[in-house]
Amino acid sequence: MGRSLLDKVWDLHKVGTLPSGQDQLFIGLHLIHEVTSPQAFQALKDRGLKVMFPGRTFATVDHIVPTDDQRRPFADGQAEAMMQAIERNTREHGIRFFGLGSAEQGIVHIIGPELGLTQPGMTVACGDSHTSTHGALGSLAFGVGTSQIRDILATQTLSLTRPKVRRIDVSGGLAAGVSSKDLIIRIIADLGVNGGIGFAYEYAGPAIESLPMEARLTLCNMSIEAGARAGYVNPDATTFSYLKGRTFAPQGADFETALTFWKGIASDPDARYDDVFKLEGASVEPMVAWGINPGQAVGVSRRLPRVSDAKPEDRDALRKAYEHTGFDENSPLQGLQVDVAFVGSCTNGRISDLREAARVLKGRKVSPRVKALAVPGSRSVARQAESEGLPDVFRAAGFQWREAGCSMCLAMNPDKLTDRQVCASSSNRNFIGRQGSPKGRTLLMSPAMVAAAALAGEVVDVRALGD
Amino acid sequence: MAATESVRVKVEGTGIPVPGDDIDTDRIIPARYLREISFEALGKYAFFDERYDEAGKPKPHPLNDPRFQDGAILIVGRNFGCGSSREHAPQALMRMGIRAFIGESFAEIFSGNCTALGLPAARVSHEDAQAIAGLVEADPHAAVSIDLDAASIAVSGRRFSFTMPDSDRRSLLTGEWDTTSVLLSNEKSIRAAAARIPYVNGFRT
Repeated sequence: MGRSLLDKVWDLHKVGTLPSGQDQLFIGLHLIHEVTSPQAFQALKDRGLKVMFPGRTFATVDHIVPTDDQRRPFADGQAEAMMQAIERNTREHGIRFFGLGSAEQGIVHIIGPELGLTQPGMTVACGDSHTSTHGALGSLAFGVGTSQIRDILATQTLSLTRPKVRRIDVSGGLAAGVSSKDLIIRIIADLGVNGGIGFAYEYAGPAIESLPMEARLTLCNMSIEAGARAGYVNPDATTFSYLKGRTFAPQGADFETALTFWKGIASDPDARYDDVFKLEGASVEPMVAWGINPGQAVGVSRRLPRVSDAKPEDRDALRKAYEHTGFDENSPLQGLQVDVAFVGSCTNGRISDLREAARVLKGRKVSPRVKALAVPGSRSVARQAESEGLPDVFRAAGFQWREAGCSMCLAMNPDKLTDRQVCASSSNRNFIGRQGSPKGRTLLMSPAMVAAAALAGEVVDVRALGD
Repeated sequence: MAATESVRVKVEGTGIPVPGDDIDTDRIIPARYLREISFEALGKYAFFDERYDEAGKPKPHPLNDPRFQDGAILIVGRNFGCGSSREHAPQALMRMGIRAFIGESFAEIFSGNCTALGLPAARVSHEDAQAIAGLVEADPHAAVSIDLDAASIAVSGRRFSFTMPDSDRRSLLTGEWDTTSVLLSNEKSIRAAAARIPYVNGFRT
């Protein structure tokens, strides 16, 4: 019986079995950001501990960074203190830091892959649940809490239980106008926001293999919204050509050695899975998560569900969703009015996402009722966009073009919803209050669908817009 | 060796039922309160936007209910603590006096964070979660007693069994839930693992 990628990566990184019964796992790449790390550094200090492998941790700033005025000190004193803490901690411990003074700064899950830090067969951890993103390159990547950041800093290891593996087998291919964002929202809607608890998701099958790397990053990013702490795609030719030439990727003869290792880490054809879920690629249409969790989602041609049609165990959450959103049961999804449009985040803030949105916006105007924001996921993405003239396309359409950061995904910086605003958002969570207003409402969708909603001032099917 | 005060064999206190499924960590602690570099002051922000309106006026919420003021055990539904990995969520609850959770299921990162703080997260069936919440509603002063050794919960003369990953239960029972020193004691094996992982050495042999 063959082994899955998860089995191989786990066994390679296993240091030993702990008295609790959990495994001690070596973490190859540790990424940190300003929000969840200062308490961990303080804990190290309190215990008189050092960072064991400072060369295996990389830092950036993204969550609290303003995307309009980045001059220091920040207007927000707490955000400024947080910046100073990560600057001091990385300096004191000799950790490589891509701060605001760096051309590499950006959202932690954008810059890891983009710099070639994330590689196949690695274990990757970060104090952020969307660390699952990095699985797109065939790594085992998961989010951790601050106590675990302390453990990694002090020992480069974690105490963990090996997850089960569910293979998500997607046949055929995605239809034109359908993206991997639509696919992952569909998977979450089908399997539930808690369906993945205890599992890592292996995304496989022809529809996955044909996805370019950035689309795979979007897919793996939202594994956590399915309850799966990790999600991955087996490394293949797409992965290897993506990595070639990146700053921290192996170079020259080392790249060839790496290739042999990377190819060997993929799941064997006869690997054993704890569960298999099959989905027909062509059955996926553009999706919108309209409720208060990413699984409360429907295809763009559909109506919002009736509570009475839902599974009994889902009805309470659905009632709560209607109570919060004020939307009507059984009303068509298309036509829901939007006030704000946001293109960006670790889910959809890459160059291909900006190109998709710009393609829809080109030569058109955003509805006067909509405030629209385009936020590149990193400075490198911003530079690439500028070289292609994308900021001008966004601005001409009526979007604001901002600096790199998490922006309106999570309301830790000045970009927030107000009052009852409805936001068409390319981010990953539509939780109550997520975008900064306790009464705000978030509709999750692909960047192209966000652009279309910005133009129409309401939810529309981007495929009906034509070129 | 773990200090005796970290050992969790029995956790006892009165309960607070917080109904609802898929309660995410953004609801448990809104992101704007994460802009502090320490966890210490977080207790007052737990469930803030569910407990107070924009004017700061209390809304109806179990944590505002005088009957549950002294509660130490949160009784919750399915997939509690989903979403963001922020340890601020269990930290905030712990710092407002919560010492354990009873629920149908917990999101994985959240339950790991709870164990790392010495807070048991006990899983019970849907029916039992409702029954326990009902008993607490009926008698808010009833002691809810979680026996980690026997994997059972006692409330108002009734007994319920719970599940929890063995490793979590063992860590709580031995008091070794703060893993840093356990992990650090294997430094030799850590360095040996690092030496055999190809990429750690830049793929050079």
